[in-house]
Amino acid sequence: MKSSVIVFPGSNCDRDIAVALEKLQFKNQMVWHKDTSLPKSDLIVIPGGFSFGDYLRSGAIAGKSLIIDEVIKAANSGCLILGICNGFQILTETGLLKGTLLRNKNLRFINRDVNIKVMNNKTKFSSKYELNQVLKINIAHNEGNYFTSNQHLEELKKDNLIAFKYCDEKGNTNEKSNPNGALENIAGIYNSKKNILGMMPHPERMIDDIISNTDGVNLFSSLLN
Amino acid sequence: MKITKEIIESHGLKDEEYKNIQKLLKRNPNFLELGIFSAMWNEHCSYKSSRIHLKKLPTKGKQVIQGPGENAGVIDIGDNDAIVFKIESHNHPSYIEPYQGAATGVGGILRDVFTMGARPIALLNSIHFGSPSHPKTKSLLNGVVSGIGGYGNCIGIPTVAGETKFHETYNENILVNAMAVGHVKKNKIFYSKAKGVNKAVVYVGSKTGRDGIHGASMASAEFDDNSDEKKPTVQVGDPFTEKLLLEACLELMKDESIISIQDMGAAGLTSSSVEMASKGSLGIELELDKVPCREENMTPYEMMLSESQERMLIVLEDGKEEQAKKIFSKWDLDFVIIGKTTNSKNLTLKFKKQKIAEIPIDALASNAPIYDRKWIKKKLPQTNFKLKRLKKIKIEDALIKILSSPNHSNKSWVTNQYDQMVMCDTAQKSGSDAAIIRIHNKDKAIAVSVDSSANYCKSHPITGGKQIVCENWRNLISVGAKPIAITNCLNFGNPENKEIMGEFAECTEGMKEACEFLNYPVVSGNVSFYNGTNKKNIFPTPVIGGIGLINKLSKPLGHNLKKEGSYIIQIGKTFGHLGQSCFLKENYSITEGKPPEINLLNEKNNGKIVLDLINKDLVLSCHDISDGGLITCLSEMAMSTSLGVKIEKPKKLRDLSEYFFGEDQGRYVLEIEKQNIKKTEDLLRNNSIYFENIGITQKKYFEIVGEMKIDTNALFKINNQWYNNY
Repeated sequence: MKSSVIVFPGSNCDRDIAVALEKLQFKNQMVWHKDTSLPKSDLIVIPGGFSFGDYLRSGAIAGKSLIIDEVIKAANSGCLILGICNGFQILTETGLLKGTLLRNKNLRFINRDVNIKVMNNKTKFSSKYELNQVLKINIAHNEGNYFTSNQHLEELKKDNLIAFKYCDEKGNTNEKSNPNGALENIAGIYNSKKNILGMMPHPERMIDDIISNTDGVNLFSSLLN
Repeated sequence: MKITKEIIESHGLKDEEYKNIQKLLKRNPNFLELGIFSAMWNEHCSYKSSRIHLKKLPTKGKQVIQGPGENAGVIDIGDNDAIVFKIESHNHPSYIEPYQGAATGVGGILRDVFTMGARPIALLNSIHFGSPSHPKTKSLLNGVVSGIGGYGNCIGIPTVAGETKFHETYNENILVNAMAVGHVKKNKIFYSKAKGVNKAVVYVGSKTGRDGIHGASMASAEFDDNSDEKKPTVQVGDPFTEKLLLEACLELMKDESIISIQDMGAAGLTSSSVEMASKGSLGIELELDKVPCREENMTPYEMMLSESQERMLIVLEDGKEEQAKKIFSKWDLDFVIIGKTTNSKNLTLKFKKQKIAEIPIDALASNAPIYDRKWIKKKLPQTNFKLKRLKKIKIEDALIKILSSPNHSNKSWVTNQYDQMVMCDTAQKSGSDAAIIRIHNKDKAIAVSVDSSANYCKSHPITGGKQIVCENWRNLISVGAKPIAITNCLNFGNPENKEIMGEFAECTEGMKEACEFLNYPVVSGNVSFYNGTNKKNIFPTPVIGGIGLINKLSKPLGHNLKKEGSYIIQIGKTFGHLGQSCFLKENYSITEGKPPEINLLNEKNNGKIVLDLINKDLVLSCHDISDGGLITCLSEMAMSTSLGVKIEKPKKLRDLSEYFFGEDQGRYVLEIEKQNIKKTEDLLRNNSIYFENIGITQKKYFEIVGEMKIDTNALFKINNQWYNNY
């Protein structure tokens, strides 16, 4: 399985995701944002960080960079795309995913472990998880408050495109278990073809018991199937 | 421009210092030269009041690769791995502009670390605010915390540990100390000493603006009522550019292009060029027309004194310009050759084809003034309170009072604003005695902690100086790390006041004794004087940042209780010392008395045995006993778990407040599984370590038999209220 990680100036989870991919035996390559062609890849990852300093609006400048045209082409031809945190924000800026990520409701940066629930385990990204399985994954963001139109929200629900929801330890999704104010506790979504996943939590931070836990491993191993 | 008395004074130079300048130059300086002298000779850059005292500190050791005098200290952790670290203050700017002040404090200390070739792997901080009821405290707290987070989160280096404290002594002068830790291969360390004549001097990074002009001089004077007017002297940070600079520098450092490199920190272009030349016994010539400027019509004076952030000066090996330039343009950063090294031993500045300044390097660096300022000793204070005469208070009530106080409340409101996990090597986050950072791709890890105890230092500086080194040492031991070396940030008031100078002299003396005894050298540090407003000085606040090594990292212990029915062992003797305790402060508002005594021999023996027990896998959890005493320590071990403890009262008749809240030093609490208790006790006895088996862990309840019993969860809630209600 071949993967590419796109690196923007200001990306800072690029090494972390590369470590995770290599640990799971992906053949990974780093791709610089000024490049105009992509190596042949089964998976493209847009990592977390502060691409272009989050200036203007998080993800906005990265969404217009040279390599993005290639990412869009690859996405349209069915390549798997994973955007984590800033990567999710970038995907919404490119239009590959709908909706947007607003400032956290408490107006502060939030870094902590939160629980999320697997809402659909029938995708290429999630087949190794149980349906409704509760994971403990780290979040770290200023703008993770997902918002979208009513029409799109209906579509997300109808077509089972909500990937993860913030919840408590028991899997309850309510205001108390919502760290950033995201609409309906949404932590990650798919596009309609389910080959693109954008999520705020960082699965690459949860692949090692000494450091945290291994709740993120199955996301990557699902992709290997 | 004629140099008048007013101009000299406004540059913070004393009469005799100005006369000295005339003598060294054998003429009058021009305005630019005067500015350069003031930048190099101020307290912040020259250490003129502190130097003779700092010389006492032990700075060498088997594992020390580089002690004080470089951008940061370096220690050897084996297998060609080295750790680069330093702490620095950004107190004055943070009081004037909390967000930018704190952010650029983080940015500055990061540059000190990656200048030496190290990739930064952790950030820590020690922040002190005034009383929570002071009108400025809330906005300062908000600004500083988001500034620290804003910079570290964006550049992508985890902020893993720190302390946040409140005391009215900081009402008009907060403290913001930032520490950075980096990892480097031992054979790839870069230094600031320039070598060779006619080598290109290269300016890289951001453009120079008008921000931060005279920042270092501002930090070398007391505040007064008009300190808000000093806002323009505060620098503005751009963590995004720093991230680019970090990556570009590390990329360039992969080969042999760099002869020497120095970040432009305090006093910007002036101090970086002078320091490189001074260390290499060379001269340096700069053509200021070439300096990349952010604003139009900047004068040489502004260019030389600007403290614009995210800039570096590099002396480059011949023939490497093209390759180096390519790297910096990849990262969209300026790369301009602005001068060369010379054999003149002068700092020579040219502008519009004219020589506009020429100063001997020695005059700026080695001939900078050194003062042996007057100081007086502090007597050990007497204790006037009589515990028996105080109104009786229940143990439970006193504990709750402490756990709900600002200084002891759970600090997740603060730490959740910092990305602690990025880089994926943080094995133990803040909230424990020390954070643990794995060395990337290795089995080993380092433990890091920052500590201070200003009230002990105020009460008796020698004891306080010793205590804070010991507490830091204990914190590293508690997570199973062998302490190696420290960095220190010495925050004091006005050194021209002999009492304050006495506090400084005696605190450093105390530190020296402890560091020598524990074989715990000081490898880097920073002094911040003039912390005070309108002649009111802050408490002496030395902050210690320590590094320890864990040879083989397994799942960290943490201080949280692990298992029902295990034994609770207290290591070290409890005498019941309540002077300067938080028990008296929080319950009776009594702040008098002397600090607890330090017995360095016990400290060392107790620490060694605890580390030994942890390494033998006999310990389930461990926590050192510090302010708040035994019971506060126990409650911290229980909170955030579903377990509690059942503790027996001491058998000998004694005052329970003294026993449970006494702040005697050199103590730890260990949780030992039943099957290991005999082995543990035998080991302790064989080593003549004083210990008490004080109770067991149990489900749910925090209990002192016959005295109190409370749901652990209730304690947790009490401990988590203050920040959220502030």
